[in-house]
Amino acid sequence: MTYIGKPLKRIEDARLVSGEGTFIDDLSPLPNIHYAAILRSPHAHARIIQIHTEEAEKLSGVIGVVTGKQVAALTRPFPVGVKVPVKYYPIAVEKVRFVGEAVAVVVAKNRYIAEDALSLIKVEYEALTPVVNIEDALSAESSVLHEEVGSNVVNHRIFRYGNIDEAFKNADHVINKKFTFPKVSATPVENYGVIANYTKSEGSYTIWSNFHGPFTLHSVMTAALKVPSNRLRIITPKDIGGSYGIKSGVFPYMVLMGVVSRIVNVPVKWTEDRQEHLMASSSGTDRVTWIEAAVKKDGTILGLKMKYADNVGGYIRAPEPACLYRTHSNSTGAYRIQNVEIEAIAVVTNKSPTGLIRGYGGPQHYFPLERMIQIISNELDLDILEVIKKNLLTKEEFPYQTASGGIYDSGDYHKALNLALESIDYEEFKAKQKEGWKNGKYLGLGFACIVEPSGSNMGYVTLALTPEERAKSLPKSGCSEGATVTIDPQGGITVRISTVPTGQGHETVAAQIVADALGVDPAMIRVVAELDTLTSPWSVASGSYSSRFAPIGSSAVYQAAHKVKRKLLEIAKNHLNTAMDKLVIGDGKVSVKNDPEKSISIKRLVGLAHWNPEGLPNGLEPGIHESAFFTLPAAKSPNELDLVNGSVTYGFVFDAVQVEVDIDTGEVKILNYTTIHDAGSLLNPNIVEGQIMGGLAHGLGAAMYEELAYDERGQFLTGSFMDYLCPTATEIPKVTIKHIETPSPLTPLGAKGLGEGNTMSAPVVIANAVTDALKPFNVSIDQLPLTPDRVWSKIHHQNAVKI
Amino acid sequence: MSIQSLKEKVKISLLVNGREVEGETEPRKLLSDFIREDIGLTGTHVGCEHGVCGSCTVLFNGKAVRSCLMFAVQANGSTIQTVEGLAKDGEQHLLQKLFTECHGLQCGFCTPGILMSSVELLNSGKKPTRREIEEMLSGHLCRCTGYKGVIEAIESACRTNECKGGEN
Repeated sequence: MTYIGKPLKRIEDARLVSGEGTFIDDLSPLPNIHYAAILRSPHAHARIIQIHTEEAEKLSGVIGVVTGKQVAALTRPFPVGVKVPVKYYPIAVEKVRFVGEAVAVVVAKNRYIAEDALSLIKVEYEALTPVVNIEDALSAESSVLHEEVGSNVVNHRIFRYGNIDEAFKNADHVINKKFTFPKVSATPVENYGVIANYTKSEGSYTIWSNFHGPFTLHSVMTAALKVPSNRLRIITPKDIGGSYGIKSGVFPYMVLMGVVSRIVNVPVKWTEDRQEHLMASSSGTDRVTWIEAAVKKDGTILGLKMKYADNVGGYIRAPEPACLYRTHSNSTGAYRIQNVEIEAIAVVTNKSPTGLIRGYGGPQHYFPLERMIQIISNELDLDILEVIKKNLLTKEEFPYQTASGGIYDSGDYHKALNLALESIDYEEFKAKQKEGWKNGKYLGLGFACIVEPSGSNMGYVTLALTPEERAKSLPKSGCSEGATVTIDPQGGITVRISTVPTGQGHETVAAQIVADALGVDPAMIRVVAELDTLTSPWSVASGSYSSRFAPIGSSAVYQAAHKVKRKLLEIAKNHLNTAMDKLVIGDGKVSVKNDPEKSISIKRLVGLAHWNPEGLPNGLEPGIHESAFFTLPAAKSPNELDLVNGSVTYGFVFDAVQVEVDIDTGEVKILNYTTIHDAGSLLNPNIVEGQIMGGLAHGLGAAMYEELAYDERGQFLTGSFMDYLCPTATEIPKVTIKHIETPSPLTPLGAKGLGEGNTMSAPVVIANAVTDALKPFNVSIDQLPLTPDRVWSKIHHQNAVKI
Repeated sequence: MSIQSLKEKVKISLLVNGREVEGETEPRKLLSDFIREDIGLTGTHVGCEHGVCGSCTVLFNGKAVRSCLMFAVQANGSTIQTVEGLAKDGEQHLLQKLFTECHGLQCGFCTPGILMSSVELLNSGKKPTRREIEEMLSGHLCRCTGYKGVIEAIESACRTNECKGGEN
């Protein structure tokens, strides 16, 4: 392979560094576009008595004001993957259930006028008691958000695998802990944007948006809009300014603006502002986990019980409650634990709704799991590495089936661990740490082992239903993705993909793959990444999420390219009068092995296919236009025992992080962050490095700075970038990245996904390091982010223990 | 001032990327919106409109400013440079080349703003330390890269150019 695996520079960059990128707000695809602004609820929980829009409508330049009742009349509530009857519309109808929920939409000549008009709308509310915290929502006493549900619990499932009672009976120790993970976002620097147009004569909606899938949500949108699927055309712009999952949450606004366009009878454009984005777009769930481990005194973990409750905000919105189940197959992480009980609960509260976010479920899951490894070693007075190694899977155990049905395809976890240890001097650090404690210097070392799932199986989401409920509808499985490779009559190669990149460089990697398959220079290849549901090769699983480009999307490109290659060879075979297996492709031509004089250029072969079909071998179609759809048989639907392989490939991350804690200020300083990755074969090491650093910065933010905070009345407190703190360049520590490569046996190129691992690992590894540093104070970090005041309070509200 | 008087349009003229631009704008229109909507230079991006993310940074009389924190009328008579004005005669600016070289961008949304602040730094003639580059960058949010490639690109530009004055 000439190009795959090489650190090629990205083909996307030239336009992006020149100001020639095309983002949603840069588009003006139709004449007479008008601009929308949204009036939002100031209340966490209230009944809408009346909305007075007359004054707003009178303002010059305003062409219409739309409220929830008008939208509800033309739509149905969005479908969701649970059985409770939550009615979720893209705008409040009778009640508001979180601060920032849409209440009315103004459409005007420009955004300035639309926003002027918002201040002229008067809404009468009757305030209701809010529910803000997970534990309050679990209580039967709490005020109910959705009367038709009758409770704030919207999903509740219990899973038992192996023999959990036996495991707990045989344990020398049982250790219980509770952990809380905060509500964080990923705040792409570009906000949401939608341009919507309703064509009355066709009864069809055309919607441009920086939406990146999953395209399962296309069916959710058509159901809400009550149109056949080919009457909702979604078009994504060439460039999307980051997402990390968050922009999948733009779909309610796509529906809202579609309906608004239909009501006001003009094309409507809406560009979200930052305050709207922080208060009302999407985020990860906050989660409380109660975890219980059954352990032998040598550190062997016999069994785990985990009860966790996710806060999905004011409405349960597709694909939630999938956050509860995304890590289900790898719920025992990197360890050999076959007895597991999981109780998964989703609650609604008066906070903003949640959805996909980098790491989806992983940060929430590994925070308690990997904290427990350290706690077990402390309680048993064992070295933490001894506990890790005792339970860590060995390479001989692959492919490994987890208790809950995950099938880890390949790995060498001990090799990764050893590589990390080579990078830090463990014994020397421990000596330095002891010395430091005597002198008021608090150094800590944390570890984390993360199995990084990638390429989600569509079926895992249906774990929210019982096997009996699932049996009533068709099974869901697979992870399909499509791609098309075309060669035009003059030899121009075009690749069309449906993975909707948001900055991950899919165009570059697709070009590398096709260049290798067809033996041409990647610079000759044009990749079209903008998706159009009427013309692109897409399927239900298409889109950008679960790190699926490397294992799935790239495989579809590979297959389509090889279909084209086969066709070229078929044509060449006739002309060169030889057998297929004697032919090689490269340098822009097909030649006969060991007889390079006999060759024919690709341009000529393509010319034949287009200009002279008469000369084609019998049965061969004219033209060069091949699509391929790829899935993996490993992505099966969940079975009646609730066993599921939720992802197709599983990478590995081992982190070792050193910190220093200032006990007078509570400030945590990261001295060194070492991270070892195994993502199978790497397709482009340059892009890999960038993905890892980006994912790590997100994990660092959740660990140290970021939280979408609410007060006890549900009032939102972090509506600007001065309140919601994202890491900047000065906060990024020194990071050492190393790789091992155990290729996936499942994917054609041996690749696995990556880029989410450190988002999952950083919160817990930093918490472990801080706990380790503060050992003399007997402090255990069970909550994030590690703001100085939180750390200081932990230290000073407990009695110091002498070393 | 009443809303009405705020809506009375004002004539302004400015030099943008070396080209004379004349326009009529409401006094309340942000410079960022004027650049994007009235001049059609959509390379300048808007990410927060409260001066933190830095995406809308342009050079205003040679100084890096947040165009979302200025009104267009304040730019009357000024010289503005945006990302579209960086390449000269079809040749990319050194920083543009190095951002690609060092993988200093992913989605590219924050990149134009970062490039403009980096141009200011490069033009200043200072020889910044890595820490100083990080301090400069702390006025920009990038959620894709973790800043590593960005810092390397700017460091490398400063080295290559010896910070003598930002010529291509």
